[in-house]
Amino acid sequence: MEEETRGDVMNDHRLRTLARGLGWASLGLGAVQLGAPNTVRRVGGVDDSTVARVMVPLVGARELLHTAALLGSRLPERWVWTRVAGDAVDLTALGCAVSRRRGARRRRAMAATAAVAAITALDVYIAARGDRRLWRRGLALHAAITVKRPRGEVYGFWRDLENLPRFMIHLESVRVIDQRRSHWTVRGPVGRAIEWDAAIVDDRPEELITWRSTDGALHNTGTVRFVDAPGGRGTEVHVELRCEPPGGVVGAAFARLIGEHPDQQVRDDLRRFKQVMETGEVVRSEGSPEGVHAIRQLRQRPAQPMMSGRRS
Amino acid sequence: MKGTCWMGRNNVEVREVPDPRPLNSRDAIVRITRTAICGSDLHLYNGFIPTMKKGDVLGHEFMGEVVETGSDVSNLKPGDRVVVPFPIACGACDSCQHGLFSVCENSNPNAGMAEKLLGHAPAGIFGYSHMLGGFPGGQAEYARVPFADVGPIKIEDDLPDEKVLFLSDIFPTGWMGAEMCDITPGDVIAVWGAGPVGQFAIASAFLMGAERVIAIDRFPYRLRKAESTGAETLDYRDVDVLDALRDMTGGRGPDACIDAVGVEAHHPAPMMYGYDRAKQLVRAETDRPFALREAIMACRNGGVVSVIGVYGGLVDKFPMGSLMNRSITLRGAQCHVQRYLRPLLDRIRAGDIDPSFVISHRMRLADAPEGYDIFKNKQDDCLKVVLTP
Repeated sequence: MEEETRGDVMNDHRLRTLARGLGWASLGLGAVQLGAPNTVRRVGGVDDSTVARVMVPLVGARELLHTAALLGSRLPERWVWTRVAGDAVDLTALGCAVSRRRGARRRRAMAATAAVAAITALDVYIAARGDRRLWRRGLALHAAITVKRPRGEVYGFWRDLENLPRFMIHLESVRVIDQRRSHWTVRGPVGRAIEWDAAIVDDRPEELITWRSTDGALHNTGTVRFVDAPGGRGTEVHVELRCEPPGGVVGAAFARLIGEHPDQQVRDDLRRFKQVMETGEVVRSEGSPEGVHAIRQLRQRPAQPMMSGRRS
Repeated sequence: MKGTCWMGRNNVEVREVPDPRPLNSRDAIVRITRTAICGSDLHLYNGFIPTMKKGDVLGHEFMGEVVETGSDVSNLKPGDRVVVPFPIACGACDSCQHGLFSVCENSNPNAGMAEKLLGHAPAGIFGYSHMLGGFPGGQAEYARVPFADVGPIKIEDDLPDEKVLFLSDIFPTGWMGAEMCDITPGDVIAVWGAGPVGQFAIASAFLMGAERVIAIDRFPYRLRKAESTGAETLDYRDVDVLDALRDMTGGRGPDACIDAVGVEAHHPAPMMYGYDRAKQLVRAETDRPFALREAIMACRNGGVVSVIGVYGGLVDKFPMGSLMNRSITLRGAQCHVQRYLRPLLDRIRAGDIDPSFVISHRMRLADAPEGYDIFKNKQDDCLKVVLTP
């Protein structure tokens, strides 16, 4: 298991190096297309075209955008698809050029097409590998917070699963069936109710709780660990979750798009947990009346009192 | 009720907004009797603090009478007269328990927003952007005060509003600015910015035993005010501040420097000013740190630079080499007001200081837009505007 993780990290680094290499390649191509467009047109066999006179520098500018995305990001593999899209445009244009030419120009255009096709293959390969990697670990979430309360009390509050909806804003309810089993209902990203059964598979008092869904719409497993914070600062709560959201990869991407970033959700849940443990309730403001909430952070109410009418 | 609303850059309006009602069990509703415009409100007015929203009620310096309390507030009752500290603090988290109220870990429901810009989130603040909580402010007729059992201080004697109002922010802020300088007898303290906070920093430094205090500003009326409390003054339009400070301190430099200016500092040379102003315009930096740069460069070897002027994000050309090689300590904070309420109230009661000396204008709440305008443009020798709802 550990061996496999280390291998993954190695592959991540290699993948990232490859993706950055594509960024540098884009820089070179872009510079040439912008700096010496006539040479590019001659080599590509399109030096007879007025369209190419406009198109070549534009493609060069686009290459520089790829460079910015690939060299500016910490996770460049996510941006390789932008290159693939660019390749598709280039291949289409070159295909037109080939079909309209004869002789030496046609041969040069075909050579250029072959070169771009080879680059496309490389781009698709790296983009696809990046994706696989992303989805394999994409929905493993983690977050941690320190709560100024003794470990026993923090564990005890969490272990009473019916308390969870008090700080997990998406949870409608948790019904405890017996010592191990419980029934969960959440409100999903588009307001649809999702339900499942879960079982506690490991429970070490004041230390750790691990659960797993057993039946229903959302497959998930999770562990929460409770550790004494150093210096008498209370308890560190570490949460790790793995889930397959409804709608799979598309559902998760959609949820991200509308602001329900899963990592942010877990962090927000822990902030509310801390508020409940330390102050007794979720802290609300007029800008965020539900309390900490990722979606609300994107679309704040004005910081203005909420209801009209005089106070009694 | 009437509330002073931020309606965009250079635009505030007193508008009819709903009356506040409790949202948490430790809330109190306060009928505001006095409120003030803070220099840091001008950063909002001028559009330098991100995450403001049209309609936000402004104001974080206010006091008044409790009219309603939540079920978990047992120390206050309707009719009590209170001054409300500007940072909102729960009193229970580790930061609060160590007296670091302005970095309370629970009072900012929009902590996620602040983390993106600041790394970790500070406390919520009344009427001071959504990144700092999205709480309506106190330039209004009423305000909801969260954690009312922790923040507000009851004023039980007949001290007038104007003497205690500034306990909400600028007196403790100036005091803490001086406190961070670790003043010992014989110290020379330089204060950049002779606005209200600078004036309180000067007064506090003297109360803590500073030998000399030097105030730096460009408005003669502010420098005159500083002189009246015993400070020496420098008008930075007329002198090279580094040079003058060296001369005034036998070549050593001030023992500690207080930056009471913040993000919207000025520079007498148009080129120098233009450089940072241009970077601000294209969002290549958010703050213009002229005063901070100068304070670091001026400070004596091994001295302290204490930052109480408000900064929002990123600064450029920061003299890190000076700070590191010359053993300078840089400290900064939004004031942990709750820590200072009781001792400073005692100082006021004992007659050590009368904070109302900074007030230059008294206006009605309805005139808040005019107050912002004259304060921003330093018209009519405006130093501090107090509003009465």
